[in-house]
Amino acid sequence: MPTQQWRSARTALIWVALAAAIGVPIAAAALSPLLAWRDAVYILAGFAGIIALGLVLVQPLLIGGYLPGLSAYRGRRAHHWIGGALVVAVVLHVGGLWFTSPPDMIDALTFSSPTPFSPFGVIAMWAIFAVAIIAALRRRLGLRARTWRIVHMPLAIVIVAGSVVHAILIEGTMETVSKAALCALVLGATIKVMVDLQVWRTRGTLRGENR
Amino acid sequence: MTTIVFNRRTLLAAGGAVLASGVSGLLLPARAEGLAPTPSMRGGTNNYREGAAIVDRIGKGGFWMTGTVRRAGDGAPLAGQRIQIWAHTTEGQEHEPQSHGATLTDKNGVFRLEMPQIIPVFGQPHGHLAYDSGEFKAVFLRPVMRSAKETSLEAHFVLQPV
Repeated sequence: MPTQQWRSARTALIWVALAAAIGVPIAAAALSPLLAWRDAVYILAGFAGIIALGLVLVQPLLIGGYLPGLSAYRGRRAHHWIGGALVVAVVLHVGGLWFTSPPDMIDALTFSSPTPFSPFGVIAMWAIFAVAIIAALRRRLGLRARTWRIVHMPLAIVIVAGSVVHAILIEGTMETVSKAALCALVLGATIKVMVDLQVWRTRGTLRGENR
Repeated sequence: MTTIVFNRRTLLAAGGAVLASGVSGLLLPARAEGLAPTPSMRGGTNNYREGAAIVDRIGKGGFWMTGTVRRAGDGAPLAGQRIQIWAHTTEGQEHEPQSHGATLTDKNGVFRLEMPQIIPVFGQPHGHLAYDSGEFKAVFLRPVMRSAKETSLEAHFVLQPV
């Protein structure tokens, strides 16, 4: 009986922790004094970026099976859908910033920006788009699990590293401590899943993988 | 609209690069002790509006933008030079007209313009300054504040005759 209780308490705790890891930075950013001097589009663009960072945390947790109550199959399905949501969030982020100040966004996209964090964000963006496109075409291209992993893992590392450096270097609406904590969790979850799933192994498939 | 801005900036960036490499390479050995002209900064022209009016103060003030203007080579202070200033402040975004103003240097080549508090935008608290009056080559600066809490920022121009 105590085991059963502990299990459900643990399940609840993990989900609450995840909600806090993503919710607290968003709530803290919502209290930022900078918002007073931004218009709706700029605010939306900023929060789309924060949400995107939160989604980057969810991805390794889903694929690693660390979120209790989700079967391996459902975890993978959710990973796919959240990948799509990540693309939407990034498009809103970039689109909103372009609308806010076209020359600054053009500088960023052409890698001629004075801000050191811009290229990291732009590189992560292209890696996200690349993963999404290849994932959508995976079946049509006939990519096997192993080939897919070889393509996805380096891009996943670029996405995580690029997003984290991008976020940390920005002086914006995110509160420093909650931002650093979220970034640390993103890095930790990514390293853990790559170790646990032995993504660099040369053969074979793990639980729930196709083919 | 975007295309025009882009072309203009590309031109300026290319011009700046040629200036930086060409001039320093060709002229520097000849006048090693001369003061080198200030190159334009990346992103310096962003949201520039030509011909901002000369004002006593931008908006309600509270923040000071200061600096100097000197001549390349001998470093002589340049009086009466028009410096245009703009930034994202508590009173408006960077591209909005009320965020722009200009001032003139005094006889010592010093300028000083009060403006609203600059706040971080696009990830950095920064201001924009331009010399673009024709007598000297145009220079666009984009200094970054060490902290968003600071209430002043300075930028210095060394201009090269056209």
